[in-house]
Amino acid sequence: MSLEVPTLASLQAEGKKAEVVFWVGCAGSFDDRAKKITKAFVKILNHTHTPFAVLGSEESCSGDPAKRAGNEFLFQMQALQNITTLDAYGVSKIVTTCPHCFNTLKNEYPELGGHYEVVHHTQFLKSLIEKGTLKVAGGTYKGKRITYHDPCYLGRANRVFEAPRDLIKKLDAELVEMKSCKAKGSCCGAGGAQMFKEAEPGTKEVNIARTEEAMETQAEIIAAACPFCTTMMTDGVKNKGQEEKIKIMDVAELIANANDL
Amino acid sequence: MGYLPNFIFLILLAIGIGFFIRNMGRLKRSILIGKPAGRVDNKKARWQRMIRLALGQSKMGVKPLAGSLHLIVYLGFILINIELIEIVLDGLLGTHRVFAPFLGRFYDFLIGSFELLAFLVLGAVLFFWARRNLLKIKRFWKPEMKGWPKKDADYILYFEVVLMLLFLCMNATDALLQQREIPHYIQAGSFPISHYLTPFFAQLPTSSLLFLERIFWWAHIGGILLFLNYLYYSKHLHILLAFPNTFYSNLAPLGKFNVDSTIKNEVTQILFPERSQTPNEAVIEKFGASDVFDLKWTQLMNAYSCTECGRCTEVCPANKTGKKLSPRKIMMDTRDRLEEVSRNRIVNKGVYQDDQKQLLNDYISPEELWACTSCNACVEACPIAIDPMSIIMDMRQYLVMEQSAAPQELNAMMSNIENNGAPWPFNNQDRLQWVNDN
Ligand code: SF4
Ligand code: SF4
Repeated sequence: MSLEVPTLASLQAEGKKAEVVFWVGCAGSFDDRAKKITKAFVKILNHTHTPFAVLGSEESCSGDPAKRAGNEFLFQMQALQNITTLDAYGVSKIVTTCPHCFNTLKNEYPELGGHYEVVHHTQFLKSLIEKGTLKVAGGTYKGKRITYHDPCYLGRANRVFEAPRDLIKKLDAELVEMKSCKAKGSCCGAGGAQMFKEAEPGTKEVNIARTEEAMETQAEIIAAACPFCTTMMTDGVKNKGQEEKIKIMDVAELIANANDL
Repeated sequence: MGYLPNFIFLILLAIGIGFFIRNMGRLKRSILIGKPAGRVDNKKARWQRMIRLALGQSKMGVKPLAGSLHLIVYLGFILINIELIEIVLDGLLGTHRVFAPFLGRFYDFLIGSFELLAFLVLGAVLFFWARRNLLKIKRFWKPEMKGWPKKDADYILYFEVVLMLLFLCMNATDALLQQREIPHYIQAGSFPISHYLTPFFAQLPTSSLLFLERIFWWAHIGGILLFLNYLYYSKHLHILLAFPNTFYSNLAPLGKFNVDSTIKNEVTQILFPERSQTPNEAVIEKFGASDVFDLKWTQLMNAYSCTECGRCTEVCPANKTGKKLSPRKIMMDTRDRLEEVSRNRIVNKGVYQDDQKQLLNDYISPEELWACTSCNACVEACPIAIDPMSIIMDMRQYLVMEQSAAPQELNAMMSNIENNGAPWPFNNQDRLQWVNDN
């Protein structure tokens, strides 16, 4: 099935507007693992006939990694350019699969003049279900043991704990919580620009520590809602030699798979 | 003796309170070394947070046992100090149990309850001591807890034990004197706990009892005044600062970092010269923080408020995996450096003389700063809403923007963003490639 992914530029050429802009993010655009999440989400958008658009080559890094690395200047360069682009199209609502983009667009762009309604894709999917546009049946995941890893920038930082969990519950799966979850959930180790550098000397990698916590739940699937967490946990599970037994899936992938999309 | 005791008491009280006021003045001047922080908006939410976190100790419940024992010590501290009003009045007026005639049976109830509380406090303090020294709970034995911080924690506990014992012994001897119907010792109070102590004193002649009772009484109030003045030098300052600290804490979502508006003007001018009506006058002196002067006053107050409990460090993913970073150490270092700067200013008549030191490198190393994942676990864990992460991020900003001293890989990441709008070296024109990938 080929994906329908209109850009804002193409819609504008046809004199149309999109209800919501899907902010794909750098990981979602370029990282091989994250691209699968992007596609899964788009499949659901297409399946539910949601009128959306992407920015395509007009999208640029939100600036989050630069800001967390301490480069406020570069962050604001990125943010102000993105705001100019978004405003030129009159964008009012944004959905994104990346909690880091979500956080910075939602919380930090307003002070730079960018005011949008920003939602995370788990919240968006939940609203599709509530509206009745999206139906979810357990299918392949019925009764499966799934644990959910809270991304720091979605959970603790923005208090979105329930939307992803509600989606998992819709799969008729058995949701098991890790020892530390929700507001107390441990980090996967990618945030604060750590994704892009070697860790400081220590006794263990952060992602291994978190993977071990996830494995304690005996779950077959570790669900995540962030492309960086997904990468970190996938590496962690590989490091443990468990990649055959434990799958790391974004919540959007779970929903898309359950619907055979 | 006449009025001599009253006079001595007055002097003691004046010295104790005077010293305390002097120290609070110093504390205030120290904190105000920091930059303005705003945070005066939304008063209602601020009051609510203060009542919830500081007064209600809502985050202490995360560890139920320690939380409830802490609550006992806290309640004990507050309630038993009601008794202090009477003690001070007695001391000044030369009376004894001056409230008793007015309160009647209720007075007995009060004294009885204070005794019960004192007993509970003793138990709790004993538990805290054992937990620190016998059970050796990990968070109390991290490197930053060596030396003074460890001693400080123990001293506080000893202080509390001694004060509670003095209070109970004072009552025990008083009760005996009441039994012997010694004039001045009016029949008042009930002594559910100290009455177990009376056998130790029961054989003593009245003169010794009178002497002991006075010793306990004076030592008790003297100890309290001493403890009051110990606060400034101790992590125990949190009993006062927890209140303003929670009031002025960050109300925004934890993921929202400070957006520097002075930089905004500059960036706007570079990107859109046509937009800025006024030329950019505000010259930015310094980006980020390398010393306490560059931090906000709320961050400095955070440092003084920290109780060194280590709840932050305990949940820090970097610390848990053996990295050097400990958010508690960030707070302790900030306080130590701030104290150093304050002393410097006092010695030099209020003007800081450069001592060739700063918070960065002399206290906090870049290795610690770069280990942070900005996960906010420390902020979430802190019972009194301290934000160690904001200091880490401000210092990173200094490293990157003033010294271009980011780790090599991060420089690469940032130049990628600058050149092709993504942290990796991909061509931005390929942003939609994923649509056609298989
Ligand atoms: S924000 Fe930084 S210092 Fe705080 S817990 Fe997370 S990694 Fe540790
Ligand atoms: S910052 Fe908060 S949690 Fe950390 S040691 Fe200090 S008081 Fe405890």
